[in-house]
Amino acid sequence: MKLTTINFIGNRNIALIFSSILSLASIVSLAVNGLQMGIDFTGGTLIEVGYQKAADLTVLRSTLDEAGFADATVQNFGTAKDVLIRLKLQEGISSADLSTNVLEAINHNTAEPASLRRVEFVGPQVGDDLTQDGFLALLYSTIGILIYVAWRFEWKFSLGAVIATFHDVIVTLGVFSILRMEFDLTVLAAVLALIGYSLNDTIVVYDRIRESFLTLRNKTTEEMMNLSVNVTLSRTIMTSLTVILVLVSLFFLGGEVIHGFSVVLLFGVFFGTYSSIFIASPVALMLGVSPADLMPPVKEGEHLDNLP
Amino acid sequence: MQNHFPLWKNSLVLIVFMISLLYALPNLYGEDPSVQVSSSKPEKISPAKASEIEAAIQSAGITNKAFEFKDGRILTRLSNTDDQLKIADLLRDTLGSDYTVALNLAPTTPAWLQAVGAQAMYLGLDLRGGVHFLLEVDMDAAVKQAEERYNDDLRLAFRNEKLRYQSVAKDNGFIKIKLKEAADKALLLALLTKDFRTLEVTEPPAQDEVWLKLSIREEKEIKKFAVAQNMTTLRNRVNELGVAEPVIQQQGENRIMVQLPGVQDTTRAKEILGTTATLEYRLVDVEHDLQKAVEGHPPVGSRLYMDKNGQPILLNRQIIVTGDQIVDASSGMDQDGRAAVFISLNGVGAAKMGKLTQANIGKPMAVVFIEYKIDTRIVNGEKVRHKEKVEKVISVATIQGAFSKRFQTTGLDSPQEARNLSLLLRAGALAAPVDIVEERTVGPSLGQDNINKGFLSFVVGFVLVVLFMAVYYKLFGLIANMALAFNVVIVVAILSLLQATLTLPGIAGIILTVGMSVDANVLIFERVKEEIRNGNSPQTSIFMGYEKAFATILDSHVTNLVVAIVLFAFGTGSVKGFAVTLIIGILSSMFTAITGTRMVINWVYGDRRVEKLSI
Repeated sequence: MKLTTINFIGNRNIALIFSSILSLASIVSLAVNGLQMGIDFTGGTLIEVGYQKAADLTVLRSTLDEAGFADATVQNFGTAKDVLIRLKLQEGISSADLSTNVLEAINHNTAEPASLRRVEFVGPQVGDDLTQDGFLALLYSTIGILIYVAWRFEWKFSLGAVIATFHDVIVTLGVFSILRMEFDLTVLAAVLALIGYSLNDTIVVYDRIRESFLTLRNKTTEEMMNLSVNVTLSRTIMTSLTVILVLVSLFFLGGEVIHGFSVVLLFGVFFGTYSSIFIASPVALMLGVSPADLMPPVKEGEHLDNLP
Repeated sequence: MQNHFPLWKNSLVLIVFMISLLYALPNLYGEDPSVQVSSSKPEKISPAKASEIEAAIQSAGITNKAFEFKDGRILTRLSNTDDQLKIADLLRDTLGSDYTVALNLAPTTPAWLQAVGAQAMYLGLDLRGGVHFLLEVDMDAAVKQAEERYNDDLRLAFRNEKLRYQSVAKDNGFIKIKLKEAADKALLLALLTKDFRTLEVTEPPAQDEVWLKLSIREEKEIKKFAVAQNMTTLRNRVNELGVAEPVIQQQGENRIMVQLPGVQDTTRAKEILGTTATLEYRLVDVEHDLQKAVEGHPPVGSRLYMDKNGQPILLNRQIIVTGDQIVDASSGMDQDGRAAVFISLNGVGAAKMGKLTQANIGKPMAVVFIEYKIDTRIVNGEKVRHKEKVEKVISVATIQGAFSKRFQTTGLDSPQEARNLSLLLRAGALAAPVDIVEERTVGPSLGQDNINKGFLSFVVGFVLVVLFMAVYYKLFGLIANMALAFNVVIVVAILSLLQATLTLPGIAGIILTVGMSVDANVLIFERVKEEIRNGNSPQTSIFMGYEKAFATILDSHVTNLVVAIVLFAFGTGSVKGFAVTLIIGILSSMFTAITGTRMVINWVYGDRRVEKLSI
């Protein structure tokens, strides 16, 4: 790949407007649609059963309805032979016995007994704990990054990196809410992995900007930034492509359980790559980053030592 | 510019590679379906018994691959799961309750690898199938029970000291003592400081009263004890269930995690783990009027119970023997073919039982079955923990003659119920009731499915990245691919060494590592290309490329690492598995992608004149 000379920083307003619209749309979607929180966070019961032949969902639904599980949602999972039954936390029914009762109910009416593939029951307290831990994880990773980048670079870079990363997370979650996919623990892990990845990308660009600041003298801050983004461009795209390759493999072959995970990361890597090229540096520039911020500080009292 | 590694650096890379290869190797070997037999008593299996069991297996006409007898435990390897189940059933029938028979998957790692401590990765439940429970210990109940115990102890102490009291009552977290005469207060306080130091004393304005409260330290002790005691009991019960490699761990302050690999019958597992079933023996009150008691006026020394058919029955308040005095219990059939539990009592229980039956021959005695059932229900949006103590009289029989240490109890609904009860009595009671707050069950077919899918997407992802790198970076790409393979070997080796749990998200983490760990090489190679563009010689470009890319790699990997560590700290279960693989992958990729590739590149290009790099 030849060295490009695209004026990313000069045309920053286009990207910033585009990203603002994207973020706004995501926030609206998150506010209106919300995220389809999985039982990991809401509490409830999830039962996956398998049949030899394609399962008749209508029969299963009416059976469960008759058995008193009116709020059960029944759907195929991956293939027509696999069925996923979701139940909310029940009022008045002991939650621990629920899965047993459901399995008895559906086996009662169908000719072929269902083979139980998976049961997940999460109590309300555990759901609350997992939600809290999830939020804390997001919070602490953000703080950790802020501190590390501020220490290695400077606070304006740090803030720029966090803004770019938040942009990626919000837009990815926005897409997730539009797709109405289920948000469970694995998806949360993917969101955190995305934060790590998106930062990694941004840091590489920042690192180059710092180097330019220290070595190139007769250029404006904007020119130096633009050069740095261009120089790292092929690397940014290459790495994103290798990650996207493994994610595509995971998406198509990894099975239904890992679907949400690969979807989040696929979108996340895409937006993360975009933001580290178009957003991270302009934001740092707008925050007023200049080469002076990264100059090694002149030690106070140094000249005094040289006095006779 | 020389590109040359000193000998120690080359040796280091090669040694790390060899060691990683060695410890990753066990994962290539499969597992044998096997049956494990151990003694459920403190004594271990004797060699004589072992050969007896071996003969029994051979006479069943099933060929076992190997029969191992080590540390008083027997492991017999079989060629398929059908044989495994047959042998397990056979052994369960012939050996009885003195032995625990468990299904297991025994690794086929050769002895020389086992000798250096090399083991295959530890697969999580989502890959091997099994049940995961999170149990919450009811701490309030534990504290309440302790208060009740203190209540009884105080009364007993007062009686022994001839201290006259009006009442000892629990009230709002306090134990309130009201004396007959205020003058005895000094005596009471002296007694409290002598024998009840764990209680905090409050003196209310009323001179004849003293209020006591559990000290915070004592309350903490009680809670700690309740969890510890419950874990012991759960461990006993799980052993009785016959599960190979169970995991029982405390999680947080009041939760216990139980993982039972391979267990499919979750209903039974739930019954066994969650119930606080015990027995009580009481005399039937035949002196008082049953009808009056039903109308709401039970006599002072008696209590009204319901029997199995819902008929009321009046029993003495005083308990003859409780469940914790039972030292052994087994199930079977009595002479008439009814399900029965055979019980042995400890010394104290036996003495009491002997004395009472002696004195009451011809009178009826009742067996009360007690079970705590807890559910969490949602009432008006509030989570309410509902605890129910179910007491039912399972049998009433006339005392035919005196008995003490050994006897039997009938009246249970089914042999299954008798088996469960005997198991629970043997394993001991839970110190405080537990509530299942999380359950995750994975069927064996889904587990194998997950392994296959994970492995397939790993292979395809790996091949895609390898092709991509080879096409784009040519010889340098091939070298990066070697480092990538090396990196996967290291990750697998470290996971095997740590015996960290590999979960499906963990596999996803390895796959993601494959995609991300070439990043360091991409950074270096792009930098090398840039140096060439700037007009540097090939040797200088290699040198400068590695040099300049290093700081960037460090910065970008550390940020990634920070996030992975946070994920590890807050993640639970399968997510933690993901974080572990990510952390290991990030760290080892720095070694393989920087030092590993540099070594090979130095071999190829170092110490000679190079016109052009294949990059």
